[in-house]
Amino acid sequence: MSAVLPAAKSGEVGAQRIAFVVMLAFFILGPLVMYPVFLMKVMCFALFAAAFNLLIGFVGLLSFGHAMFLGTAGYVCAHAAKVWGFTPELAILAGAAAAAALGLVTGLLAIRRQGIYFAMITLALAQMIFFLCLQAPFTGGEDGIQAVPRGRLLGLLDLSNVWNMYGTVLVIFVAGFLLIYRTVHSPFGQVLKAIRENEARTTSLGYNTTRYKLMAFVLSAALSGVAGATNALVFQLAALNSVHWSMSGEVVLMNLVGGLGTIFGPVVGAFVVLAMENYLATLGFWITIVQGAIFVLCVLAFRRGIVGELGRLMRKPI
Amino acid sequence: MTEIFGIPVQAFMGQLLIGLINGSFYALLSLGLAVIFGLLNIINFTHGAQYMMGAFVAWFLLNKTGMGYWWALVVAPIAVGIVGVIIERTMLKQLYKLDHLYGLLLTFGLALIIQGLFRNEYGSSGLPYSIPSQLTGGQNLGFMFLPNYRAWVIVFSLVVCFSTWFVIEKTKLGSYLRAATENPELVRAFGINVPRMITVTYGFGVGLAALAGVMAAPIYSVNPLMGENLIIVVFAVVVIGGMGSIMGSIVTGFGLGIIEGLTKVFYPEASNTVIFIVMAIVLAIRPAGLFGTQK
Amino acid sequence: MLFRKLAIAAAVPMAMATAAHAQISDGVIKIGVLNDQSSLYADISGPGGVVAAKMAVEDFGAAKKGMKVEIISADHQNKPDVGSSIARQWYDVDKVDVIVDVPTSSVALAINQVTREKNKLFLVSGAASSDLTGKACSPNTIHWTYDTWMLAHGTGSAIVGAGKKTWFFITADYAFGHALERDTAEVVKAAGGQVLGAVRHPLNAQDFSSFLLQAQSSKAQVIGLANAGGDTINSIKQASEFGIVKGGQSLAGMLVFISDIHALGLQTAQGLIFTETFYWDRNDASRAFAKRFAPQNGGKMPTMVQAGIYSSVLHYLKAVQALKSDDGPKVAAKMKEMPTDDPLFGKGRIRADGRKIHDAYLVEVKKPSESKGPWDYYKILATIPAEKAFRPEKDGGCDLVKK
Repeated sequence: MSAVLPAAKSGEVGAQRIAFVVMLAFFILGPLVMYPVFLMKVMCFALFAAAFNLLIGFVGLLSFGHAMFLGTAGYVCAHAAKVWGFTPELAILAGAAAAAALGLVTGLLAIRRQGIYFAMITLALAQMIFFLCLQAPFTGGEDGIQAVPRGRLLGLLDLSNVWNMYGTVLVIFVAGFLLIYRTVHSPFGQVLKAIRENEARTTSLGYNTTRYKLMAFVLSAALSGVAGATNALVFQLAALNSVHWSMSGEVVLMNLVGGLGTIFGPVVGAFVVLAMENYLATLGFWITIVQGAIFVLCVLAFRRGIVGELGRLMRKPI
Repeated sequence: MTEIFGIPVQAFMGQLLIGLINGSFYALLSLGLAVIFGLLNIINFTHGAQYMMGAFVAWFLLNKTGMGYWWALVVAPIAVGIVGVIIERTMLKQLYKLDHLYGLLLTFGLALIIQGLFRNEYGSSGLPYSIPSQLTGGQNLGFMFLPNYRAWVIVFSLVVCFSTWFVIEKTKLGSYLRAATENPELVRAFGINVPRMITVTYGFGVGLAALAGVMAAPIYSVNPLMGENLIIVVFAVVVIGGMGSIMGSIVTGFGLGIIEGLTKVFYPEASNTVIFIVMAIVLAIRPAGLFGTQK
Repeated sequence: MLFRKLAIAAAVPMAMATAAHAQISDGVIKIGVLNDQSSLYADISGPGGVVAAKMAVEDFGAAKKGMKVEIISADHQNKPDVGSSIARQWYDVDKVDVIVDVPTSSVALAINQVTREKNKLFLVSGAASSDLTGKACSPNTIHWTYDTWMLAHGTGSAIVGAGKKTWFFITADYAFGHALERDTAEVVKAAGGQVLGAVRHPLNAQDFSSFLLQAQSSKAQVIGLANAGGDTINSIKQASEFGIVKGGQSLAGMLVFISDIHALGLQTAQGLIFTETFYWDRNDASRAFAKRFAPQNGGKMPTMVQAGIYSSVLHYLKAVQALKSDDGPKVAAKMKEMPTDDPLFGKGRIRADGRKIHDAYLVEVKKPSESKGPWDYYKILATIPAEKAFRPEKDGGCDLVKK
């Protein structure tokens, strides 16, 4: 189901380096032709999708509840920035920490299960978090936390200037992306892949597979949290639909379109899905139909996703 | 007046009965999904949309052809079942050799498409559909007023649930079906047309979803989004019951109705969420669900 | 000499004309209709809202007056971040001057914020929150059509006034539902009534039998439905099934639209009492509008939200014409200065806090035998004059109101 990534050979590393440069160039030059706020949203969701992909592509666990990390971090960050007066970098850290803590708690409950059961437990936990977010007074219910100040980064850089904000989001995105890349290509990442291939054998080799899976889960949750917190600052708003199960579905769609288990798939997928939503918003009611059609098409004819197909053509996985 | 947990006994009994009625509805609704997932291992996310189509076919029959509720109970499941067969033959078939995830994603996409198309055509507020004249009114039971239609829901659900369970668990046809999904190669070697059995079973499960839709039309708003709200609850019921167990889904359906009913009395805001708490607890203790067997 | 005088005389009006056009940003008045086109509230405004806006532009005669007006629309899917994102893009990139409609209070509050930051204009028709002219009021926002205070007071006082003093609420468990319940409860208590209880149900609860049973056991004379959309429809449908009205209790819908009645059918909805500010069959002018509107909207008659879009866009264009500028807060000020008069809402005015006031109507749903055809649904029981229908300016907590 997911692309099997053999150990990095020099040709692949080269291809991946080129792809990375292309991606970087795209996001640096992009705001000259596209609306910067849109690109910031793409970067946040690309990070979210990449964090999700860490779990499904490299550990083989499909989570139906990842929105809980995105949303919870968004709320905590918004509250920290607005009510506690945190500077943006601390607010984002607060959000990410909340998401990581939530990841630890939910991971402990979910990680022992596999396949559809794992998916359903994460869904159940996400629904409970949704309920908590709806009821908790600090979240503002369905109004959300509005008018969140962007503040001054490190007390110096005024983020209400769109270019300052853009630069900050770019740095966060690249850092998160590189972290995921390093994780995947590290010994830790190799163990994760081994667990995906054959958990029993990995256990017999002496690895505590549960602990590895949990660490990957918490990492995925924390990075989703970074994405969610940053997104809250970009839009200066933390809303209930970030914890809704349809958001969990959307990140699956992004990965499917981009290519499950590929490095750059989530980024491409996030861009494609968000661009489509943006341009179809003016078409009004056809959005869900087109999204559904894309799901169907991808599953039937286009299983490897955009990046997956590209990787196959080049014979180098990216 | 005696009280249980702070509410009068009479009111409590009424709520319990309502919980039971809702439970029977959940059981009927989950039945189709239990059949499809239990036997075919297909995660049919289109279930909610097929339920909705059943209700719409009932409305269509009434408004365009004058065929009432009783006809709809027969025609709608067949009509929607045929749509299900087409879906299975053209799309699902190709995914059997792959990870279950793809079946889920495909059916999820189909649900979005179907719901979107209906919504474009019929709007989102819904269409009127009344309780059939033979079932209007109700009985005053003393502790509450029970609408006749709700009594019918319990009776009909029990009959359908029991019949389905009986056919699958106790008859020869059912045993072929169960064998075919456990070991298709071997069963095929016996000369049984396995692909056809699978197609028919999928169609049957879809028909059950549509049947629940017809049952819902007189009491719940008939609108294109009616399935979307219920789909994850239905999944939760099937998972808690144990995937592969028809009895598990039936029992869980009834159980959920009662638990949810009690929640509506004591902490109504949480009544949509309580099933997920139950699911988390059950899966933590019995990973394969209440009646499920680890495959 | 004469030639020079003539030249100057000719040049001055031309200069003024070009100056006037230069004050309309980019020479085009761009109106953005932002609402729910695909989900719960699509029938309340949705694509019909775009139709209403277009009709307003045509009826204003923009082309003949030499004003270029463009309308774009988008679907916010009832999500504040989607709405906020679209609004930002519209203001920053697409040069939209004014956003209209926006149902769903949480999205409207977000757009209210963005509009204020970008110093544009926001004409709300779909959203209900009275906070938009209260603590969240802004010089860039005008709230048309209705709000929660008006609904609560209109329906609440009328029903209590008719002698039905004990109430039980079935409330949607989110901020909007709570606000409706709270506002109505205030009215009931102020009029000497009693609230016997309330039950809060989650959004999109399909089955209301348990809540209706609780309402029945309370023996309250009135069951107030502080919810909207599909929840209201399901509550009413199941109330009819459980014989609530036959058992002697009345149902009060706090927020009901004609599209909801159409979805329920008169058999189920008859006798329901609620407040609206527009009914297509009220007088000749509204009928004329409806007859032009319906064919463009799939045969469906206009809801009060769609009428509000028409009315707000019309008044907006009049103000822009008078001011010769589409600068947000300036047009808002002009709109407040000019009294309103349109075929749909009659005479009204816009207050300092941004609240548009007009008459409200207490309506009752007809019995099937009383209706002469499709969409002939309401009996107008009473007219609530504009000055009394809405919350007094000083009570809102809006800092635009001089104390």
